[in-house]
Amino acid sequence: MRVGLFIPCYVDQLYPRVGLATLELLTRQGLEVDFPVEQTCCGQPMSNTGCCDDARPLAERFLEIFSAYDYVVAPSGSCVSMVRNHYAELVGDHPHYAAVRDKTFELCEFFTDVLQIERIEGAFPHRVGLHQSCHGLRELRGGRASELMVDSFSKTRVLLESLDGIELVELSRVDECCGFGGTFAVAEAAVSTMMGRDRIHDHQQAGAEVLTAGDMSCLMHLSGLIRREKIALHVMHVAEILAGYEVAS
Amino acid sequence: MSHSGVDHPRLAAEFVKNDSRAHWHDQALWFVRAKRDKAAQSLPEWETLRERASQIKRNVSANLADYLEEFEANATKMGATVHWARDAAEHNQIVLGLLERHNAKRVVKSKSMLTEECHLNPFLERHGLNVVDTDLGEWIVQLRNEPPSHIVLPAIHIKKEEVGELFHRKIGTDSGASDPTYLARAARKRLREEFLAADAGITGVNFAIAETGGIVVCTNEGNADLGTSLPKLHIACMGIEKLIPRADDLSVFLRLLARSATGQPITTYSSHFHGPREGCEMHIVLVDNGRSNILGSDEFRRSLNCIRCGACMNTCPVFRRSGGHSYKTAVPGPIGSILAPSRDAQQYASLPFACSLCGSCSDVCPVKIDLHHQLLTWRREITVRGHLPWTKRVSMKMARIVLVRPAIYRMAGFLLRKVVLRMPRALLYNPWNAWGKSRDLPPPPKQTFRQIYQQRHGK
Repeated sequence: MRVGLFIPCYVDQLYPRVGLATLELLTRQGLEVDFPVEQTCCGQPMSNTGCCDDARPLAERFLEIFSAYDYVVAPSGSCVSMVRNHYAELVGDHPHYAAVRDKTFELCEFFTDVLQIERIEGAFPHRVGLHQSCHGLRELRGGRASELMVDSFSKTRVLLESLDGIELVELSRVDECCGFGGTFAVAEAAVSTMMGRDRIHDHQQAGAEVLTAGDMSCLMHLSGLIRREKIALHVMHVAEILAGYEVAS
Repeated sequence: MSHSGVDHPRLAAEFVKNDSRAHWHDQALWFVRAKRDKAAQSLPEWETLRERASQIKRNVSANLADYLEEFEANATKMGATVHWARDAAEHNQIVLGLLERHNAKRVVKSKSMLTEECHLNPFLERHGLNVVDTDLGEWIVQLRNEPPSHIVLPAIHIKKEEVGELFHRKIGTDSGASDPTYLARAARKRLREEFLAADAGITGVNFAIAETGGIVVCTNEGNADLGTSLPKLHIACMGIEKLIPRADDLSVFLRLLARSATGQPITTYSSHFHGPREGCEMHIVLVDNGRSNILGSDEFRRSLNCIRCGACMNTCPVFRRSGGHSYKTAVPGPIGSILAPSRDAQQYASLPFACSLCGSCSDVCPVKIDLHHQLLTWRREITVRGHLPWTKRVSMKMARIVLVRPAIYRMAGFLLRKVVLRMPRALLYNPWNAWGKSRDLPPPPKQTFRQIYQQRHGK
């Protein structure tokens, strides 16, 4: 099984640790993992701003680069949702579109759904607050959104809970948006900031030591607020915790 | 964004500035959302009901002309008069004409978002009529001379102390009194006088049933019944999308509506009107006002499924923190941000962007409108029509130029990590850095992921 590692552009540039954790998690499963270095960005920022003409060439590049693999895996629900749910409008008639769409997975769902693994060896003896990143939750259906009256599940939570010593804290609003939202964070900075502070406060009142999420974009926004306000809360991507990394300072 | 258009970010920032009030507003609406969750949970068939409602509404959209004619024929048979209005101006003219023909001077009105959309109140007032909104929340905002901020909870942005002050000034309640029961009783007494003196009653319509020609109005205060029980003239105003095919379908919608709106199993009053009372007249005004344009659009047709429950507003993390007035449109929030650009894409270009694309609205919607995807589609439409602000247009174009070429991407990344993010704080956090006003930028790593990967793999 040849896995193409899809590392979001801003993770590549700003959060290499998250990319390494993802790589290690996959390699430990005995998979052949390759990072095609030609990759840059899936095109989501342009697409979500409404600029389809700017997003399309990036979507085309993505399909060309990743069509050679059996699976494409990314530590991001948001970028995977872009490929799975929003490429149709941009590159729906591309010869590689359907195949790449069907084999592109977010890291946790790749473990639970494709590898059928729900237990990760390792320990993380900390109190952890899980921020349910919206696109992984509501666009990929990686868990039950609180609005829906269906059976409760969460692919990310299952994996985290399998670690020894971990304690997941209970939030008062289990899946409210952090307020990142791409260009929303800048264009609607006031609301975005208030949303972020409210999320952080929820994790604090729940007694979390570490705030984690499946999308580094949410965490970039939240950790930006945490650093600015000197809040005692660590921020880690789910992949870092699952890979057994130490708590980052 | 054009300078004449609605500047949602600015209006939202003003709302957020009052931190304690913005949190109070957020919590008040979240309380309603939580009540909704409980009520929805009590029905094991909740998701089936949503799917059924969505299918019924899709059928209505596909056959709207037929259902409207069937409704007209059956309503007429029962003695009601049906009027057709192409737009808000025609609607207002029809209502005015009816009131003048009956020599009506005093009008009581129950809640109707359509009449808000058509700005009926100021129109009638300009023609010398006295119009009183009889829904308590609507009456409060009317006394304050402002529009509702929410379609179900029109005065959700006002605190009870402020209502006490308002009532003290307007209807002479005790100074400093803010007890909700005391204030509601005072309002009730005053509104009773309005009901008794009214020459005509105007209501909205929640559902119009094609098969029977009847209309259904849902209220919690019984004010639609009171307003139509005494006067000889009842005018019901509705958008053409309010049709449902059969009386049986009501059971689906009534169960969804109140649970989604306020978390109640059903509204206190579900009033059925089948033709006029003896010796009275009942008029139904069917209003298009842009709806058939939406019906003709594959992308946005589903927005006509909306039953105006307001659940998307209660759940929207942006609405809760920016207030209904920041949208500057009769129907605010997620659904309003889809409907408003259909009327004027330039004026309302900022609304589809007043959204983090979290998708909560789509999952809460009782008729399964894919709200956040339609908002995304509107962003594309706004770009195509040239209403996207130049800052966004240029930055996205530049991003594309950088990202399609790996060598330029690597160089831009190098500049970001080695130069930009290492600038002195005073330079980095400059007035143009909108991100950095409240947030720190991430500390730059020494190497990128690809550099580490290539070193390890000798590529």
